[in-house]
Amino acid sequence: MTDDFKRLKETLRRDLPPPDAYARRAALTAAMARFEENNASASQGIAAEARPSSSDGTGPSSIWSRIMNAMKPTRSGWTPALAGGASLAVLMIAVVSTSVMRPDLFERRVSVPPPLEKPARVDADEAAGTAAKPEALPEENRVARAAKSDPVTQPAPPSPAPMPSAAQDAMRSFGRFALQPGTVLGYAAPDAEAPAPTYRDQGRDRFEAFDANPVKVVAEAPVSTFSIDVDTASYAFMRARLNQGVLPPADSVRVEEFINYFPYDYAAPDSADTPFKANVSIMPTPWNDATKLMRIGIKGYMPPASETARANLVFLIDTSGSMQAPDKLPLLRNAFRLLLTSLHPDDTVAIVTYAGSAGTALEPTKVSEQAKILAALDKLSAGGSTAGAEGIRQAYALAEAHKVDGTNRVILATDGDFNVGIADTETLKDFVARKRETGVSLSVLGFGAGNYNDALMQALAQNGNGNAAYIDTLTEARKVLVDDVAATLQIIAKAVKIQVEFNPAAIAEYRLIGYETRVLEREDFNNDKVDAGEIGAGHTVTALYEITPIGSKGRLIDDLRYESSGKPPAEPANEIAFVKIRYKQPDSDKSTLITIPVTRADEVASIEAADADARFAAAVAGFGQVLKGGRYTGAWSIDDAIALAEGARGADRFGYRNEFLNLARLAKSAQAMAPLRE
Amino acid sequence: MRMSTGDNELAGWAAAGDADAFRALLERHYDGIFRLAFRFTGNRADAEDVAQDVCVLLADRLGAFRGDAKFTTWLYRIVINACRDRARRRATGQRATADFAAVEDLRRAADAERGEQLAWVRDMLSRFTEDIRETAILVLGEQLSHGEVAMILGVRESTISWRMHELRKGLKQMADDDR
Repeated sequence: MTDDFKRLKETLRRDLPPPDAYARRAALTAAMARFEENNASASQGIAAEARPSSSDGTGPSSIWSRIMNAMKPTRSGWTPALAGGASLAVLMIAVVSTSVMRPDLFERRVSVPPPLEKPARVDADEAAGTAAKPEALPEENRVARAAKSDPVTQPAPPSPAPMPSAAQDAMRSFGRFALQPGTVLGYAAPDAEAPAPTYRDQGRDRFEAFDANPVKVVAEAPVSTFSIDVDTASYAFMRARLNQGVLPPADSVRVEEFINYFPYDYAAPDSADTPFKANVSIMPTPWNDATKLMRIGIKGYMPPASETARANLVFLIDTSGSMQAPDKLPLLRNAFRLLLTSLHPDDTVAIVTYAGSAGTALEPTKVSEQAKILAALDKLSAGGSTAGAEGIRQAYALAEAHKVDGTNRVILATDGDFNVGIADTETLKDFVARKRETGVSLSVLGFGAGNYNDALMQALAQNGNGNAAYIDTLTEARKVLVDDVAATLQIIAKAVKIQVEFNPAAIAEYRLIGYETRVLEREDFNNDKVDAGEIGAGHTVTALYEITPIGSKGRLIDDLRYESSGKPPAEPANEIAFVKIRYKQPDSDKSTLITIPVTRADEVASIEAADADARFAAAVAGFGQVLKGGRYTGAWSIDDAIALAEGARGADRFGYRNEFLNLARLAKSAQAMAPLRE
Repeated sequence: MRMSTGDNELAGWAAAGDADAFRALLERHYDGIFRLAFRFTGNRADAEDVAQDVCVLLADRLGAFRGDAKFTTWLYRIVINACRDRARRRATGQRATADFAAVEDLRRAADAERGEQLAWVRDMLSRFTEDIRETAILVLGEQLSHGEVAMILGVRESTISWRMHELRKGLKQMADDDR
């Protein structure tokens, strides 16, 4: 016997690392789905009769209430006044009305089965007169042990006691669907009210590290330049973490995305010629009474429904094993159904899937062909066909082949696996930027936590002239794909840059809150080659500066001893700052300039006198900064943020502000707990 | 008397459409499928993918299970075929993905050391033909009898014995060459 043979034998015989609980469950879920699919045709006839009439909670009315539940913005935020949301819900029901008899279109919720209580089966057993009834399979014990050793894994429903096949046929003829509630094998429908406990990877989320913008001295650097940011991924990620009872990592908090998550009621422009309007106001800073907050609020033009541009959307969907988790692919599927309700019947959607290999799951199809789209959507989990081409090229090729005069967009849905066919990050970014020039933009929808690659998502969406959103609940899906669909899909101005020049005769110091990852060089402002953020139809964008008036006690930076600066004027100047905004029309390469002087007339004396939008934005900004470490917010706490936001909820048509309050309270309790491994 | 339901029985019920029986089968055999796939593919990511593919495939193929053979024999054959398919596909242009997956895999510290040892095994085995590689993994890794392996691979028992002999001979040859 040779040494090598021995070594080979020993190495091969060694224990292997145990399978990942998550991958295991994903595999089982996928297999069960296929199994049910294969057996669906045989049982369909019974299903149609048995389900609606049964009292087991799967009848149409309970489906209705479940959908309504899933669409509720928050527990308490649902009132009849939400006409917009409600009618959309009705629309969606209309869309799936043919499927009301098929609750399996909506992912079923896992209900813990009664422990091996299977009356129908026992009956069947007895009917068949079989005495020897095998039960207590050994693997039940094994499953129970596994569940104990892995507390974060939801225990699998215990395997039922199988029965002798003699009794099988008898049972199958009547018992099958009565058993349904106890033998549910689907996955949980994640909704805001009952998040399903699932195994999660920890600490593999990747965020770009950055520090808060520093305080600048107006005398030294009077000009501040940045690109607007309409992404909201950071907010949704924060919410997902807080709902798990942990604080989000500091680097994941982008204060501007928190602020811009909420719609504000700014004055809108009248026509598409001036695509947006800017409003500036100044109020005292809630967390520092020696400084003031300057708010720049921009509202995008909202074209009437009849004028909305056609959309040609290609979804590039990650169907790898990890996407099978309930808060990923199943959620995406439901989100997609929502989106269909908010598109024009003549718009087209296509689906390309990738999971190692790529395949076209749905050729570009008109939204009016609902059935075809829904059918393709249901097959997504099967793994997709193998066409050999690379996912992202395939998606862009489809989008280019069916280009319309309007929005042409690839929408990438992933949980962090960017294995789309171009492995190198830089090449991928370049590819996306190049394709942007040909008129096809890219949006990224992020799902799940644990392996979430935020930095790359942001970079791709920015290079692709699209936006990045993080989808953690069906409510969020509704916000991005229904409430904000115009803003998400229809760009009304691109390369929007803001430059603020502060008057040293009025302001001593300033600090831009948030937008750290969007800061531009001063000279970039007039350079049309430098790209910047986009504004979608009806979008609002808000930027806050904390400013320190001259003569204020709140200055953080002393005057220089050896610099002979002119004496500060006895009376502060009336003009505080000068705001310049540059933008390009979506089809233009040349930028247009808007200027707004900011004077003392824009200032209010007290926080209470500021409008509700300004107060709410200030509360959110303060909250975000506290989560980031509270470098500039002093003793101000989450409690103060709650108090300020509470009185500034306004109309809150969609319940977002209410939800914020709940999250802030969650953050308070999460603060008290040890953070998860980052 | 408590008794466990046999694989073949469960498979029969599952083939007839019993979802619970099917799930029980999957629960029972997933780990084995994964382990075997890991031995063949050498990394976790591929093994997870193969295991998932095999589970899904089972839903389609169960009807073809005759019940005259041992269920695991039949199952292992499917796993091996899935691994072969994967290796073949990989060879035709999925290289980048594979490397990416492998690197990603080694990052998981817990697997790293085993990964190294497995790499040695893979390197050694790669010098032999596919037949011998598969045989070695089943005989040495899974510790199956020559008879069982013969059933899985669909060859005669004497062929397995001969392949194991070839493996020893080859290893010795290589060791001598190195000297």
